[in-house]
Amino acid sequence: MIEGISTMAILGFTLGLFLALAARFLKVEADPVVDDITAMLPGSNCGQCGFAGCGQAAEAVAEGSVSLDICPPGGKSLIENLAARLGVDWDFSNSATNTAPMLAYVQEATCIGCTRCFKACPTDAIIGAPKQMHSVIDSACNGCTLCVDVCPTECLQMVEVQTTLTNWRWNKPLPISQLPLAA
Amino acid sequence: MPKLRIRGGVHPQERKLTSEITITRVPTPERLYMPLKQHIGAPAAPDKVIDEIVHKGQIIARAQGNVSANIHAPCSGYLEQITDWAAPHPSGLPTRTMVLVNDGKELRDEVSTPVNPLFLRPEVIAERVSQSGIVGLGGATFPSAVKLTLGQSRNTPVLIINGCECEPYLTCDDRLMQERTQTVMDGIQLLAQALYGPQTIIAIEKNKPEAIEAMELACRDFGNIEVMPVPTRYPMGSEKQLIEYITGRQVPVGKLSADIGVTLHNIATAYAISQAVRHGKPLTHRIVTVAGGAVKRPGNYEVPIGMLISDLLAFCGLKEEPQRILMGGPMMGQALPHADIPITKGCNGVLAMSRAEIGARDEHPCIRCASCVDACPMGLSPLTMAALLKKDKLDNAVNIGLKDCILCGSCSFACPSAIPLVHYFNYGKGELLVRAQQQQKDDEIKRLIQGRQLRMARLEKEKEEMVAKRMQAIAKRKAAEKAAAEQNSEKEVA
Amino acid sequence: MLKPPSSPHISGFTSVPVIMILVVLSLLPGTMLGIYQFGWPALFLFLITVTSAILFESICLKISGKPVRIYCMDFSALLTGWLLAMTLPPWAPWWIGVLGSFCAIVIGKQIFGGIGQNVFNPAMLARTILLVSFPLEMTTWIAPRPFGSAGAPDLAAGWSITSIGIPDLDAVSSASALGHLRTELGRGQLLPDILAPVYDPIASAIGTINGSLGETSAVLFLLGGLFLIYKRIITWHIPASMLATVALMALIFSRIDPNHYAGPLFHLLGGGLMLGAFYIATDPVTSPVSSVGKIIFGTGCGLLLFIIRTWGNYPEGVAFSILLMNAATPLIDHYIKPRIYGHPGSGIGAFLRRQKQDS
Repeated sequence: MIEGISTMAILGFTLGLFLALAARFLKVEADPVVDDITAMLPGSNCGQCGFAGCGQAAEAVAEGSVSLDICPPGGKSLIENLAARLGVDWDFSNSATNTAPMLAYVQEATCIGCTRCFKACPTDAIIGAPKQMHSVIDSACNGCTLCVDVCPTECLQMVEVQTTLTNWRWNKPLPISQLPLAA
Repeated sequence: MPKLRIRGGVHPQERKLTSEITITRVPTPERLYMPLKQHIGAPAAPDKVIDEIVHKGQIIARAQGNVSANIHAPCSGYLEQITDWAAPHPSGLPTRTMVLVNDGKELRDEVSTPVNPLFLRPEVIAERVSQSGIVGLGGATFPSAVKLTLGQSRNTPVLIINGCECEPYLTCDDRLMQERTQTVMDGIQLLAQALYGPQTIIAIEKNKPEAIEAMELACRDFGNIEVMPVPTRYPMGSEKQLIEYITGRQVPVGKLSADIGVTLHNIATAYAISQAVRHGKPLTHRIVTVAGGAVKRPGNYEVPIGMLISDLLAFCGLKEEPQRILMGGPMMGQALPHADIPITKGCNGVLAMSRAEIGARDEHPCIRCASCVDACPMGLSPLTMAALLKKDKLDNAVNIGLKDCILCGSCSFACPSAIPLVHYFNYGKGELLVRAQQQQKDDEIKRLIQGRQLRMARLEKEKEEMVAKRMQAIAKRKAAEKAAAEQNSEKEVA
Repeated sequence: MLKPPSSPHISGFTSVPVIMILVVLSLLPGTMLGIYQFGWPALFLFLITVTSAILFESICLKISGKPVRIYCMDFSALLTGWLLAMTLPPWAPWWIGVLGSFCAIVIGKQIFGGIGQNVFNPAMLARTILLVSFPLEMTTWIAPRPFGSAGAPDLAAGWSITSIGIPDLDAVSSASALGHLRTELGRGQLLPDILAPVYDPIASAIGTINGSLGETSAVLFLLGGLFLIYKRIITWHIPASMLATVALMALIFSRIDPNHYAGPLFHLLGGGLMLGAFYIATDPVTSPVSSVGKIIFGTGCGLLLFIIRTWGNYPEGVAFSILLMNAATPLIDHYIKPRIYGHPGSGIGAFLRRQKQDS
């Protein structure tokens, strides 16, 4: 009996010592997931995801409590980057991210030149001056909708990007089940 | 040191039904529609204004930048409008197009022609080619002058003239070699002269014996120009495959053929170069094969660039409503949504296909028979790439060679399950572009956001500093006033 | 976005039903000889197996809601049932055929996701399940009794054999050449003495020996396989490497010890090797995609086959060796990729660089 107790005791002590040493010397640093994700998000704090800012959204994404397609201005490439970083698979076929990105557009007939929109725009995509016509620069607009919220005459709208010869793409071929049978 | 055959490839039915039909000149229609971008590179900028009179052969749009091409008027008349017209593209989306109205008079300006073009300096030849707006007429539409200058700078020792015409139905290069042999030969000599006299090989597929004979006869007297008959296999005429077949070397990935000492030009480009350099005629017309089951009078036609396909088909006659209208050959050509689309510099065939020729088949699941792997001339594994693209695994597909795919169509042709492999690869390449564009925009947006935040912070800080300064100034003034008041009161007392 | 049709706009003349029909046609001579050899019971078993394969396929397609016209009319179920029937003992009872078809179609193919998705060859999977579950019925071999010969059963007797069972088993059953060889070697006999009474190369080649339908005529299946290679339905890589490996191994070992190891001709003609090499190992769904991969696959099959036949517990190893190599196919496909034009290709360095690219 005494051999049994002492053997188990020595075993337990030795293994516990190994564990303690491993915890000390082989420790894995916590990876800065949240920081990486924050860097990937646009950073315009538009609020379309439901969180106050991109920082909070990054934490939620890192936790896994929200799905990856939560940020509309990020588009498809953001989802791909997030999926790659978090090591998860994302199935594009059934999510709503296949809708085209939206851009802000000023209806010039109803613009009063109040300057509220370009003060709100986080990317300086709206040009204008007090009492002058405002206009949106498409290449700088990422669809955060902050300008639409503050416009007093509601002349700002979100419109879909027009398909031109330069941004037309081939569609994905339909799966067999959705194809009509040849005659 | 030619190999036995190219890797992979398929042998579709050749259907060279128009190979015996002589070239017919098509009368210029009432209107010509000239897109500003008919070449690889930046679109040309219009050089004429609305209602300006235009003579045949004048420049109507100028090349912009290093990789671009001029566009010339194929007829005389005036410029009616510069508008958005359907582009020669499967989507039919509009592109900026100049519309010329033909006055039928064929007025032409005087041009100076060299006495002996074969003694011109290579740079001068390249300059004339550049002025004449000549692009690769095999379909690639790369500006030929840029290719020439590249070849000159690398001093390429081998010049290959591509007379293969491996696509079914197309016979325009065949007839060009048979009927206008001397002009073609002249163009080849000019190209050789422009490249400092390289070894010139004219590659012609073996299913064109008359063309081979005609060209062999023509280059009999030239020491370093020879005709090489090549096996009839699709895609023999593809630049990479032809170079490997003839020289035994492959063009390394990411490099150009000039980097391994080879310059390759299409035979129709050689013809156009002779017309331009010797006769001063810029690129305004080209030979087009009109074929397909729905055409009444198929044949090879010399059409003015800018003629609408509907006008050309009306000239050739249609037996029935075509099932599909193709621009180019049936393997790599693009299906057009309707016929009111202009013929551009790169269009070497107009096919009005009947229902029987298209042959609709049901798609089956992939049985991994590897016919596509055997057929792929680039050595890819199409079935694996398509399976990955089906699941949107774009990076994996790129890793096994999506970017190397030349979209030749051999895999789809060979597939017994009728899987649209090339469609998957077109989709995949499109997704790559979208991703690159989106990434670029994301980086730009981030830069703008950060720039704005820095600017706001800086403005805030400046405002605070201004306020602090003013407070200081006020306090100083107040203190000075107080001191002055005290001094005054002291004076009064004293 | 507009959805225009993509290039190419023409296609070749092959299609999946055509391929399957051609394979079936090339199997026909060997099958007819086998049925002729074993009489009515063999015919009944064959028909029952094939019919139940097609039936199970239709039921599965109906359940999974796939269009029957495309999926069933591609004749792949017919081919699977046919190949399975070729590997069964000709006088086996009917429920072996039905159960085998069930295992092949439902377990071996449809559960994986239908055609093109299975990892293992369905016919071989079914045969192995049956062999392990019903060893007695699956190893009951009959000496050939061709139609019209002395001991051949007539229609009614044939039907009763298939439906009920062989009436006098001990009187008719006889071991196949491989089985006999294994048993006698195990009892310490020497090779020449064992083979002399049972083994006749000519008969083995033509097919007047006992065994399953597919083990009979090596020559006919060889010819059928060559026909398929000529028609480009299969490539030469797998059959050539498989047969060459078996022959080479047999040659080496029979030279070392002729008393205990049979020679190459015996191995090539015996068992279901010809059928397996040309029809079963070359199944496109379960074999590698690249030419080098196919050669590795064939070599592996041949090696495993020889090992199992010589030192393994079972006398015949075609099914096992093919199943084992099927499991290795995804691995082979992952590591052996064809060389892409323009990419550096030759040498170990380039090979290793290519492996870094994941798939």
